[in-house]
Amino acid sequence: MNADEMDSDRRRFLTATATVIGGIGAACAAFPFIASWNPGVKARALGAPVEVDISKIEPGQKITVAWRGQPIFIVHRTRQELDGLTIVTEHLRDPLSKESVQPSYADNIYRSIKPDILVLIGICTHLGCVPLYKPELGSVEPGWEGGFFCPCHGSKYDMAGRVYKGVPAPLNLVVPPYQFLSETQIRIGEDKKEGAA
Amino acid sequence: MQATLRSLLGWVDARFPLTKLWNEHLAQYYAPRNFNFWYYFGSLALFVLALQIITGIWLAMSYTPTAESAFDSVEYIMREVPWGWLLRYLHSTGASFFFIVIYLHMFRGLLYGSYKKPRELVWLFGMLIFLCLMSEAFMGYLLPWGNMSFWGAQVITSLFGAIPYIGDGLVEWIRGDYNVSGVTLNRFFSLHVVAIPLIFVGLVVFHILSLHEVGSNNPDGIEIKKHKNQEGIPLDGVPFHPYYTVKDLMGLAGFLIIFCAVVFFVPDMGGFFLEHPNFEPADPLKTPVHIAPVWYMTPYYAILRAIPDKLTGVLAMFASVGIWFFIPWLDRSPVNSIRYRGYLCKGALTLFVISFLTLGYLGSQPPEGSLVLMARICSVVYFLFFLLMPIYTRFDKVKPLPDRVTD
Repeated sequence: MNADEMDSDRRRFLTATATVIGGIGAACAAFPFIASWNPGVKARALGAPVEVDISKIEPGQKITVAWRGQPIFIVHRTRQELDGLTIVTEHLRDPLSKESVQPSYADNIYRSIKPDILVLIGICTHLGCVPLYKPELGSVEPGWEGGFFCPCHGSKYDMAGRVYKGVPAPLNLVVPPYQFLSETQIRIGEDKKEGAA
Repeated sequence: MQATLRSLLGWVDARFPLTKLWNEHLAQYYAPRNFNFWYYFGSLALFVLALQIITGIWLAMSYTPTAESAFDSVEYIMREVPWGWLLRYLHSTGASFFFIVIYLHMFRGLLYGSYKKPRELVWLFGMLIFLCLMSEAFMGYLLPWGNMSFWGAQVITSLFGAIPYIGDGLVEWIRGDYNVSGVTLNRFFSLHVVAIPLIFVGLVVFHILSLHEVGSNNPDGIEIKKHKNQEGIPLDGVPFHPYYTVKDLMGLAGFLIIFCAVVFFVPDMGGFFLEHPNFEPADPLKTPVHIAPVWYMTPYYAILRAIPDKLTGVLAMFASVGIWFFIPWLDRSPVNSIRYRGYLCKGALTLFVISFLTLGYLGSQPPEGSLVLMARICSVVYFLFFLLMPIYTRFDKVKPLPDRVTD
């Protein structure tokens, strides 16, 4: 073959293989840059479980503690509030929490381990605002049995964090993993069976 | 002296296309002679971009992008850095004026059909610039680390959680933490001051290059290139420099009078440019009573809230911005300018402007009672303006076009 002639088949093959190998290399090189955005060691360490003393919460009262920088609601529900849960069922989007997120031990009508102590991540499942605690009867609308109201876009939840129909939030408030260390002490972010979240 | 300068210019021109660039983009770029008021906003946008970059560089000298000291460092800029208050108010007012100028610039495009063939790419580059502007504004708004900064970022990043399957992981990936935190603040700072501005400036160069390739549109929407003299210069064109450089300087003077009045007398614009809850430091456990974005994002936010389903709402919000990209192909009118279009196009544009402004107002208000219904009606009008465009532009009665531009 003359030195000035070009073997175009050969050139096409070399261009194609160089593009494929180079493309794979570029994708591999991009990986650390993309993975670098994930939560780092420090953020994960700060997300460790927290322990809370619940003996001081009076019936009907709510406290807010921080876990992973998120507000955690702990509510001591009264007998009346627990009874109210069955009244509102027909107005709820997911009354049995089939679509919603909760550990298996909170997959019951009260959405809690012990009926009177409710533990929720206080972040609206719509766009992440913190809902307001509205326990008083009729305080949000007539017939209100108590619950949570999100001021941002008007989502409503009952006293078990179950979402009402006709509001933008799609799911019930999330129940975080938690366990009772004693009658008065709970640990949020870790449980017996399912381990740390 | 002059001979020395001329020989220096010759030396440079032999190595870099200085005179060529000057002529192609200024001294021998022929723009239609009938530009009106609406043609000020392109050069004004360029001015505000320069202002934002310069004040931004100065602010970054005194700002600290950490959750612990970001809020305090902004107060430090306001109280202790010499002229820091001016730099910050120029930057914060500049952000709002950037949107005012860009919205008017885009409205000009709608009025005169500036996106129509052969200017589709001018429009697309412009829309990409608009996306850059929105992300700059969004990330910049987190930096003061006020309570509205925090909750604005919280709400907008959680939008991505609506995506099925990957949503939750994606939100954590964007935030770099389980919640918006100092990690998020630090990366938004990096994106706000380095990444997005680089892309932004690059896109502005492409926007102008593509404009100068095809030539400017004008209020009559007719091509000035159809009538040229013996030298190939459009009969209805004038060199951009000095004619429009001087006209734009005049526009700049008018702009600066209004801009400076805001900077010096009402920098917070009664809560519209700087929202009042943002004078409180970020508190991850307490949402402001009423979360509203800054005014320039409120129309899209109103569309998001108008829909009582999370995923659909998020999709509608992204669609409300994305649909602008398709205008060059949605508009089937045989004429460009509103001057020669009929009542259908004029009516549609009027309804669109009304619904856009109403959505802007509604997005700043709490979603209560009849306001929700109003937001729904306006959202429908907003989308119908685009979706019905192929129909009403085709059947609209048009007036005959003039041969040459009118005065």
